[in-house]
Amino acid sequence: MLQSFLQNILNALQWGSFYSLIALGYCLVYGVLLLINFAHGDIFMVGAYIAFYCCMFLLGKFGVFAGLPGWMVLAVAVPLTMVLTAVVGVTLERIAYRPLRRKGVNRLYVVITALMCGLILENGNLALLGASRKSFPTLVPIKVFEIFGVTVTNIKLMVIGVAILSFLLLHFIVTRTKIGMAMRAISYDRFAVPLMGIPADTVIVFTFVLGSGFAGLAGLFFAMTYPVIDPYMGALIGWKAFIAAVVGGIGSIAGAFAGGFLLGFVEIMVVAFFPSTYRDLIAFSILLLILSIRPTGLFGVARRTKI
Amino acid sequence: MKRSWLIALFCVLGLASPVRAADTVKLGFNIPLTGDIPDVGESSKNAAEMLKKKINDAGGLKVGDKTYKVEFIYEDNESKAESALSATRKLITQDGVIGMVGPQSSKQAVPAAEAANELKTPMMAPWSTNPNTTKARPYVFRGCFLDTFQGPTAAKFATEEFKAKKAAVLYDIASDYPKGLAEDFKAAFEKINGPGSVVAFETFTTKDVDFSAQLTNIAKSGAEVLFVPQYYNEVPLIVQQAKSLGFNKPVLGSDSWGSGDLMGLCGDNCKGFFFVTHYAAAGAQGKTKEFIDEYTKLYKKTPDDVAALTWDGANLMLAALQSAGPLSGDLAKDREALMKAMAGIKKFEGITGNMSYPATGDHDPIKCAVVVKIDDAGKFAFYKSVCP
Repeated sequence: MLQSFLQNILNALQWGSFYSLIALGYCLVYGVLLLINFAHGDIFMVGAYIAFYCCMFLLGKFGVFAGLPGWMVLAVAVPLTMVLTAVVGVTLERIAYRPLRRKGVNRLYVVITALMCGLILENGNLALLGASRKSFPTLVPIKVFEIFGVTVTNIKLMVIGVAILSFLLLHFIVTRTKIGMAMRAISYDRFAVPLMGIPADTVIVFTFVLGSGFAGLAGLFFAMTYPVIDPYMGALIGWKAFIAAVVGGIGSIAGAFAGGFLLGFVEIMVVAFFPSTYRDLIAFSILLLILSIRPTGLFGVARRTKI
Repeated sequence: MKRSWLIALFCVLGLASPVRAADTVKLGFNIPLTGDIPDVGESSKNAAEMLKKKINDAGGLKVGDKTYKVEFIYEDNESKAESALSATRKLITQDGVIGMVGPQSSKQAVPAAEAANELKTPMMAPWSTNPNTTKARPYVFRGCFLDTFQGPTAAKFATEEFKAKKAAVLYDIASDYPKGLAEDFKAAFEKINGPGSVVAFETFTTKDVDFSAQLTNIAKSGAEVLFVPQYYNEVPLIVQQAKSLGFNKPVLGSDSWGSGDLMGLCGDNCKGFFFVTHYAAAGAQGKTKEFIDEYTKLYKKTPDDVAALTWDGANLMLAALQSAGPLSGDLAKDREALMKAMAGIKKFEGITGNMSYPATGDHDPIKCAVVVKIDDAGKFAFYKSVCP
């Protein structure tokens, strides 16, 4: 019983890591622009596909060169995927969100635009690459360790480690660097910041670079853990991660991180002890309860709007 | 100017269509060309196109004393129940097909069958193994065996082959096919090995990718075999995660394993496992071999069971159409005549084996199942034939 419980804690840490990584991206963009970037789940999906093609290329499957060993492919694929996915995120910002922001339209329209961008990415991918699934190559052979009756794989440890490191890095950037300070400033007052000589657009682009880059990272590790990728993989997990971010307190890095793990824990634990049909029912009831007690989320701080 | 062009165009179309309709017969295909299992749709379409070409190249289909060209209309049901319904209605009311082949998986076939039966149009479900598809629906026919047969076959095989006394099941509770099959397997296995011998009966929901909590329970339950009646997109994930959680016992599958790109997605992880299915491509003879060779030549891949069953299903429908006698041109009358002719077929020699239909009751064929082993080369090799 205890072993099952410990095993499920490990399972939940792995599953929650993905929610956390995606929730971090939602949180960054929301924190700066107060925009719910509904395309984020699909940027995560695009990240997984970019990772797929990067890895196939680096493994020499396209015949351009002989190919590298798996661990080296992983080491090169991580920055490459992050950069390329960031390019996709920034492109979306440039062609979809910025023109609307320039015109000063209501935020609602931007949110709808984000939803549409997500659908365009999904269906664009479907049209371009077809509906059949891709099998992600094995980069690092899976090693299974058994400690006190609990089984761990090297991939599982890697995923959890990556999630924690990403959180620490983002937390450091937002709270300890100059550009992080600028991000928080824009979030605090979008109109006063340019008057202080801070290039708001640069900061916003940087935010999208960070958010999308980490979505790409999540995509890469997700595809390594669940090696079957398809164009719809991002939609559901994206929405759930968004809810996790809201429960954690959207706008707070620590909140998004904790919210992702919380959702992962609840989902895994419910499935471990109840039929799986109860999973979303119980998981979201608990989240609803948390929100009704703390409407700003676990780590959120209430903001007053000045009229 | 523009308008007169349009009017002229409509006139031409108006004149042309009755002429065309007079010497073609239309069959509709309600198949998943996109969605969760696009490979199933592709196989169905490939087999149908091959059949159409074969018939039309030979001059057409002779019904009564007239020869008709066959026309196949493919409607995508996106592997969703709702879309399968609208595709059914579109094929029947707008396209005016005389009969419909598909949908393939039970999730879409059960609701679509209800609509087809209501609209009094013959439907052939080649691959749907859920009993509800044909239950009390005189217009609906089936081309394969039932879950109620497949479940006990798998249970019997698990007991005999692996000497298993305890089994585990992992299935998608939100989908008709795995749910029905999982329950049949459980009932049959417990009948052989005593109540409680299915030690873990775990569920998940469509589109899940993480099964770690369920597989943790299964690994700790002491089960000697795991039955997974799932599709090719979920099996690789389940098999891989089971191994990562320390479950090293055999995994047994159902006919849904055989379709789609299972080996491309699963690779070495699935080798050595068994599944129950309709036919095995490796080691086929006679008509089946001819079909496999021609299909392989055309599409550069071995036909899966969906392709073979679609071929049989469409063939059976066309054979019945020939025996129904001359067409009256009135769709409602012709559809009824086709239904009666299909119900009149007692025995049909298909490439997936002989099918015989019971004289009364639901139109479910009696045919043998095949147990296939995935060999070290990743081929689906014939292992054992199990007949009712």
